[in-house]
Amino acid sequence: MLPFVLRRLASGVVLVFVISVIAYALLYLGGGDIARRILGQNATDDVVAQKAADLGLDQPLLAQYFDWLTSAFGGDLGRSWFTGQLVAVSVSSRLAVTLSIVIGATIIAAIVAVVLGVLAARRGGWIDNVVQFVSVIGFAIPGFLIALVLVLVFAINLGLFKATGYVPFASSPSGWIASVTLPVVALSIGAIATVAQQVRGSVLDALSRDYVRTLRSRGLSTNRVVYKHVLRNAGGPALAVLAVQFVGLLGGAVIVEQIFALPGIGQLAVQATGAGDIPVVMGVVIATAIIVVVVNLLIDLAQAALNPKVRLS
Amino acid sequence: MTTAITPPNTIPTPTGRTSLLRRVIRRPLGAISLAFLLVVALIAVIGPLIAPYDPNLASLQLVLAQPSAEHPLGADSGGRDVLSRLLAATQISIAAALVALVTALLIGVIAGLIAGYYRGWFDNVASWFTALVMALPGIVVLLAARAVVGPSVWAAMFIFGILLAPAYFRLVYAAVSAVRSELYVDAARVSGLSDLRIISRHILSVVRAPIIIQSAIVAGIAIAIQSGLEFLGLGDMSVPTWGSMLNDGFINIYKAPLLMMWPSLAIALTSIALTLLANVMRDALERTVQVRRRRRRAVATATGSIAAVTTSIGTVTGGIGLDAEAEAEPTIRHADDERAAARAGDTILDVRDLRIGYGQDDGGTLEVVHGVSLDIRRGEVHGLIGESGSGKTQTAFAVLGLLPRGGRITGGSIDYEGVRLDTAGEREYTAIRGRRIGYIPQEPMSNLDPSFTIGSQLVEPLRVGLGLSKKDATEKALALLERVGIPDPKRTFAAYPHEVSGGMAQRVLIAGAVSTDPDLIIADEPTTALDVTVQAEVLDLLRDLQAERQMALLLVTHNFGVVADLCDRVSVMQHGLIVEHGPVRAIFGRAEHPYTRSLLGAILDEGPARAPLGGADIEQADIEDADIVKAAVVKGGAR
Repeated sequence: MLPFVLRRLASGVVLVFVISVIAYALLYLGGGDIARRILGQNATDDVVAQKAADLGLDQPLLAQYFDWLTSAFGGDLGRSWFTGQLVAVSVSSRLAVTLSIVIGATIIAAIVAVVLGVLAARRGGWIDNVVQFVSVIGFAIPGFLIALVLVLVFAINLGLFKATGYVPFASSPSGWIASVTLPVVALSIGAIATVAQQVRGSVLDALSRDYVRTLRSRGLSTNRVVYKHVLRNAGGPALAVLAVQFVGLLGGAVIVEQIFALPGIGQLAVQATGAGDIPVVMGVVIATAIIVVVVNLLIDLAQAALNPKVRLS
Repeated sequence: MTTAITPPNTIPTPTGRTSLLRRVIRRPLGAISLAFLLVVALIAVIGPLIAPYDPNLASLQLVLAQPSAEHPLGADSGGRDVLSRLLAATQISIAAALVALVTALLIGVIAGLIAGYYRGWFDNVASWFTALVMALPGIVVLLAARAVVGPSVWAAMFIFGILLAPAYFRLVYAAVSAVRSELYVDAARVSGLSDLRIISRHILSVVRAPIIIQSAIVAGIAIAIQSGLEFLGLGDMSVPTWGSMLNDGFINIYKAPLLMMWPSLAIALTSIALTLLANVMRDALERTVQVRRRRRRAVATATGSIAAVTTSIGTVTGGIGLDAEAEAEPTIRHADDERAAARAGDTILDVRDLRIGYGQDDGGTLEVVHGVSLDIRRGEVHGLIGESGSGKTQTAFAVLGLLPRGGRITGGSIDYEGVRLDTAGEREYTAIRGRRIGYIPQEPMSNLDPSFTIGSQLVEPLRVGLGLSKKDATEKALALLERVGIPDPKRTFAAYPHEVSGGMAQRVLIAGAVSTDPDLIIADEPTTALDVTVQAEVLDLLRDLQAERQMALLLVTHNFGVVADLCDRVSVMQHGLIVEHGPVRAIFGRAEHPYTRSLLGAILDEGPARAPLGGADIEQADIEDADIVKAAVVKGGAR
């Protein structure tokens, strides 16, 4: 088990490293004369050169990257060029918001998708047809359109939830729930659709397996066989899809945060992108990559817990 | 919005009989989706030409104007005509999606072909790239790119196309890997065709249909992500796109909620049409593959696993079909001999005129068992013999209440120790299965749950069915493993199914079947999947357990050798009917039905895997009988 974890961890670290190299090279090489862009066309060449030296931009790229990397290991991702804030601080303070809606959406998607998928696979008939149809529509419609419809219906027309703004959990738990409900629902619908399809398929597959018949022949009730044996065997493929969905939800959060005016990492990314604030963009990219790697590692562990063959290989 | 790329799980191969297009149009959903997409495409081409105004013509008087005769959809916050903008935006949005699509298609397909056909280092690089792309949400990459290259729709969509390339890569790679080792590709190579020709002739034709399906999905994703970016206000706001119109509508959501509707509808309907089209195409392809497979299977059952039998009889009408001639024919019954009579009168399982049918797609029912009557006496070993497709396994499953999906009892009755099973519900059956009737399956490896240890699969029924404590159940399971001849019970108890051999797994399954002390065990071809040497051991084990526990055994088999070895009485099944029935010696000595005789002939062909009549309790008379059988079979001219 330990070698398995270490191997996955190592490949995750390598992946983040490679992403950091590529992102750094593209962001810092592609931007042209960065100091000039920050200061505007009216600045004198001397001032621009001074600015470039301040930012370390006069160094060779490799040296710049090495500096960045060594500070990054110490938890320092540099400062924003425009606000002067520490990137690590602004990224981590916003990460809580993003992760709370993305993890919330992932959990809800997992639960609802399992319920729908099992229901569709076992009952068949019209329930199956309805679940399938809703899945196709949920998959097809982009999440931000769903978010817009939710805002229009529940916030503007019915006034049930606040349309925008974020209330930290610490200051008011009920206010927090009210502020994240619509974003979480908007995010989760697409994931529910995809994961439910996968659960349905793998439950159908597991149900047709010989061991299901044999377990039932031993006097175990069908419910017991489905919820203990079938779900465990169907869990692997469903988890794999959920892992992919998590990455999708992280991307979806960028737009959803904008719609609901949530101060998450997506909002930070949009602001930084618009302004050309490269250190912040770099920080967002690295933070996202680390989150994805960690989540994939967790999902791998869950896979190993479910499936003995994964554990041993 | 999400860049989750799930390629079609299976790679359906096109049939070529009817074109994919025609099959898609035949379905209403397919026809509607395709028609809608054609309209969108048409608008994309001629939209700017039919637009009543310049899409960027702003007018202060018209800011957020309501729909009117001159401006049917009103005007936006810049006082620009919404209809004209919508028409112009369709062109740009579709073209932008196409940039991503074509980029992904070219990179993915070419890389997939090269990696799949030549393998080597390219293979590793490509899979690393895939992992890299999967590690970041597409929109984050696009945001980062936007910081460098600025607000160009086209640049963004080109980059997104690179991110989408793995969707095609994996599809093509899998298809090429599967095809490259096929014989016809080898043949093409030997006959001197160039790699390029092989790829275009033999490989591209296989992946063409899946690529079209994937393209529909990718186009939907590209439209979603592109309008998402524009919606965030990160695009070039002077260019009309669905996303930038949505952005304008969202900013004015309180003042003019209708503004949001048109671009939303355009995005949503186009995305839905693309997804539905992809689904319809996939269904159309998968269905043809299924039909083909079913046809192939039907042929396989018709030829049967005991080819000798089917050819010698010559009246076989497809594996599980209704045979009117056979139905009219009454079962040939032989009177009990001494050995069988000893157990007469104490019937525990009584099956009367059992009929089993499967619901068909057209609402009809296909009957596969046409009125089987069978009685099993306490403590006897009863053979149910017939070729595959004769309905013997269906009969066994019906007794257990475990017919596959779609199957049901359509007539007759099953009476087990005074309980009617044919009408029993799930709860009644749960009390009977395991504790009163045990089941030993055919294929050992697939009948153990791969995710649980062998021990836990043995313990669970003991705890649930018999209510034993965990400790008692574990002890009992270990004792059973020892009893069925497993050398190291503790190790096997803790092992997972894939860690033991097939013979061991079958012993585990036998232990499981007898663990709850049932009065009847149904063994469905218990030795067919095993090695010849292991077969004999497992049969010995079954015989010993049966004698030791005095349980009845219904042995479903196609092998007369096994029957001769173990059974007291035999029922011979063909085409869903019992054609002959009697004590084992009567069947061997005086078989009347031609089918029975041909089956007996087949064991002579199967070779002396095991002496036809072995075992301590068989007398000299039996062996003489066997000789008579051989003589009768030869004289009867069945061979």
